[in-house]
Amino acid sequence: MTEGVAHGARATRTVATPRGPVAEFSRAGELKAYRDMLLIRRFEEKAGQLYGMGFIGGFCHLYIGQEAVVVGMQMAIKPGDQVITTYRDHGHMLACGMDPKGVMAELTGRRGGYSKGKGGSMHMFSKSKAFYGGHGIVGANVPLGAGLAFANKYRGNDHVSLTYFGDGAANQGQVYESFNMAKLWSLPVIFIIENNRYAMGTSVERAAATVDFSHRGASFDIPGEQVDGMDVRAVKAAGDKAVAAARAGKGPYILEMLTYRYRGHSMSDPAKYRTREEVDRVREESDPIERVKKRVVDGGMIKEDELRAIDVEIRGIVNAAAEFAQNDAEPDVAELYTDVFV
Amino acid sequence: MTMIEAIRDAHDVMMGRDDNVVVFGEDVGYFGGVFRCTKGLQQKYGRARCFDAPINESGIVGTAIGMAAYGLRPCVEIQFADYMYPAYDQMVSEAARLRHRSAGDFTAPLTIRMPTGGGIFGAQTHSQSPEALFTHVCGLKTVVPSNPYDAKGLLISAIEDDDPVIFLEPKRLYNGPFDGHHDRPVVPWSAHPLSEVPEGHYTVPLGSASVRRTGSDVTVLAYGTMVYVAEAAVSEQGIDAEIIDLRTLLPLDTDTIAASVKKTRRCVIVHEATRTSGFGAELSAIVQEACFYHLEAPIERVTGWDTPYPHAQEWDYFPGPERVGRALKRVMEV
Repeated sequence: MTEGVAHGARATRTVATPRGPVAEFSRAGELKAYRDMLLIRRFEEKAGQLYGMGFIGGFCHLYIGQEAVVVGMQMAIKPGDQVITTYRDHGHMLACGMDPKGVMAELTGRRGGYSKGKGGSMHMFSKSKAFYGGHGIVGANVPLGAGLAFANKYRGNDHVSLTYFGDGAANQGQVYESFNMAKLWSLPVIFIIENNRYAMGTSVERAAATVDFSHRGASFDIPGEQVDGMDVRAVKAAGDKAVAAARAGKGPYILEMLTYRYRGHSMSDPAKYRTREEVDRVREESDPIERVKKRVVDGGMIKEDELRAIDVEIRGIVNAAAEFAQNDAEPDVAELYTDVFV
Repeated sequence: MTMIEAIRDAHDVMMGRDDNVVVFGEDVGYFGGVFRCTKGLQQKYGRARCFDAPINESGIVGTAIGMAAYGLRPCVEIQFADYMYPAYDQMVSEAARLRHRSAGDFTAPLTIRMPTGGGIFGAQTHSQSPEALFTHVCGLKTVVPSNPYDAKGLLISAIEDDDPVIFLEPKRLYNGPFDGHHDRPVVPWSAHPLSEVPEGHYTVPLGSASVRRTGSDVTVLAYGTMVYVAEAAVSEQGIDAEIIDLRTLLPLDTDTIAASVKKTRRCVIVHEATRTSGFGAELSAIVQEACFYHLEAPIERVTGWDTPYPHAQEWDYFPGPERVGRALKRVMEV
């Protein structure tokens, strides 16, 4: 093998901004998007702090920077539509309406956590919010997402399955088995590839033969689009289109969300695979929350005071979650043998 | 040297000696591995010999088998043992059987490394100890080092072996010997004699156990992290136990095990993996087959519980020195 064959010689791109349609947001829509994204941002910042203080141990993958993806998609679905994702899952749970206290308490391993402390950061679920986890194995959730869509079709309901995974998972074999079955059986599933540029420490250019993941369904005839995942309106517009197609019985759809995570892959990531400048540039130019803020304030739609009031409210929610998660009791040792077949 | 440095050094030695040795896996090249076990190898040997693979474990192992069949000696990393399941078909149906079904025409000289075990709050998908899934497969060799000296010597043996070797690295031991007292300060490798690692090439043969403590009252069979847990328990209970670090589960050093149990007439088996059909069950069967008329007490097993590895209750699951100590007392009281 010659030099460069295994490595790939292309340079890392910054976040591209494809020119797709953007959804028109009402005042209420803008406020909702702002609020939901801010809740994720502040929650994750608090989780990072609690990790640093030793209240959270082990694995903790923060969603900071990617908030527009899950919030925009959530605005495109209706209650009962299923959501399933991999391990960077806190944002998805909050966007699904799960209680921040229960999510944070799972991170700290307390009995009030969504999985009673058994699952931790990567393994949480909520049947009532149609959130199907929280999966620690890269790509392993994708066939499950197709299965959820199969169940919708079998039951004859019009629900769709939002199946999230990353650019890293997009190279797993079972993803393509899922694509084939989803198309073969015309399942109502949206495969959402959150391309945040790095599979842990490996950039997409070093891991993927072709870096436009929206084309990955081409050989199965699954339509795909690249979406500006840093613009919540673009996500909503793409989500509307894909969800409508799936609900109408046209089968699966792939949305590649071009996004970026500001923090490391996990809490132990030295982040030597990218420059500080690259991160700063994305934050300055594309931050999904700042974009809404600038748009609505500059456009005169919403006064800065109103946003500030939302900030205060969110901080209160997050602080209450952190308070609960630090003080809730640890699970009883007898819980080891509950919820398991023995 | 730490375990990490010793493992890296073994790669370095073998890549320097043999151009057929190639090293790859997720984040292995540019990043140097999630636990840094391949740090610097890409810079030293180039991107053709140490490189990143996409996140596709089945593909990683499958391509490595193809390379091995053609004469290369790939040493691949699965980032966590918990990630190996997509590759299990390749390991079982292809790697383990290539020699048999080609009547010896082809072999698969590859090494598959993976961090194993808990102790880092990894919860159910970053803490498992799946060694029994490998020992149950004929055609695979399964190795679990417990210290830097053995890690380097065993990894060199594994890479030089002409058959597939599963090399399980207890991740809690990477940076220091861990005796299960999670509430005490971390002990670095530098304070331990087995962190003395010779330069250059040497081997620790596969299939050879190591007697870590000689004693006359009871034999403790352990491997990986549990060697240190057993040492702590023995010392805390003040029992004159013989502790055997198995080092290689398959091939297994049954001679050393049988000689010891015949001497002490008692046996406690310790592993972190779940109990039912765990490797301890096999060890227990072997001991009773070889030593039935010498035994003074039923064989004890101390293992992880038959539950998924819990997040919050990691230390209730982990078979620490207290649980091992209770088992030691039980066998001594018979």
